[in-house]
Amino acid sequence: MKWFRKPSSAPLWQDEFPVFTADERYVNRRQFTKFLTLTSFAMLAGNLWILARSLFHRSPSYPRQPIAAADEVAVGGVKVFAYPTAEDPCLLVRTGSDSYVAYSQKCTHLSCAVYYAKEENRLECPCHQGFFSIADGSVLQGPPQRALPRVALEMKGGQLLAVRMEGEGA
Amino acid sequence: MNTNPPQNRGLTAIDGAMALIVLLLIVQIWLLSATLESYLAGHREAAVPGAIISGILFAACLGLYLFVDRIDSEVRKG
Ligand code: FES
Repeated sequence: MKWFRKPSSAPLWQDEFPVFTADERYVNRRQFTKFLTLTSFAMLAGNLWILARSLFHRSPSYPRQPIAAADEVAVGGVKVFAYPTAEDPCLLVRTGSDSYVAYSQKCTHLSCAVYYAKEENRLECPCHQGFFSIADGSVLQGPPQRALPRVALEMKGGQLLAVRMEGEGA
Repeated sequence: MNTNPPQNRGLTAIDGAMALIVLLLIVQIWLLSATLESYLAGHREAAVPGAIISGILFAACLGLYLFVDRIDSEVRKG
């Protein structure tokens, strides 16, 4: 069985605008199928774009940035800072006397700002009730599919430094 | 004896092919969103299999389109 149509000598308009009403069902179906196939091509283009981005990806270099003095934040307290650029809000949470964690404040669902819910000891997004673990930023509940990007911290001379982002793809 | 009137010939095959394309498209849309999510989460290893499978699904859709196109031209030209 051949898959390709035979080359036709009829003008194109005859193919696209049938004379008989019965033929219209075929033309409509063929055109709709063409539309679906083009949509499928758009999906492929999206996948190829992701492939190209990941093949030519170079790991970004992050600045070492002081974000707080060691005792500036009380246990259970929070400080908002921007890292790695001024447009990237992040949250620093002091979870114990010697332990700190920091995450991007942008929810991985639709970028609402997450906050620290002290009673539940988790990060919460008020937009669609997305909850994240304070231990590693993983999703506990709600529509987000990805963990919150984490800010790696270092303590140096009584200063907390942000040194890089972890778990961030783009 | 074939009781299907000539002007309906091939319609079932075309409808079947269309239903299959829709199914393939649903899988492809899911694949794109899953690959994107994993790329954004920093897992770049999903990009290659995602692109290959998406290419296979597109090739299947294109094959089905050519099939529909052929039936259409055959039936309408008698
Ligand atoms: S934007 Fe955070 S859950 Fe939707």
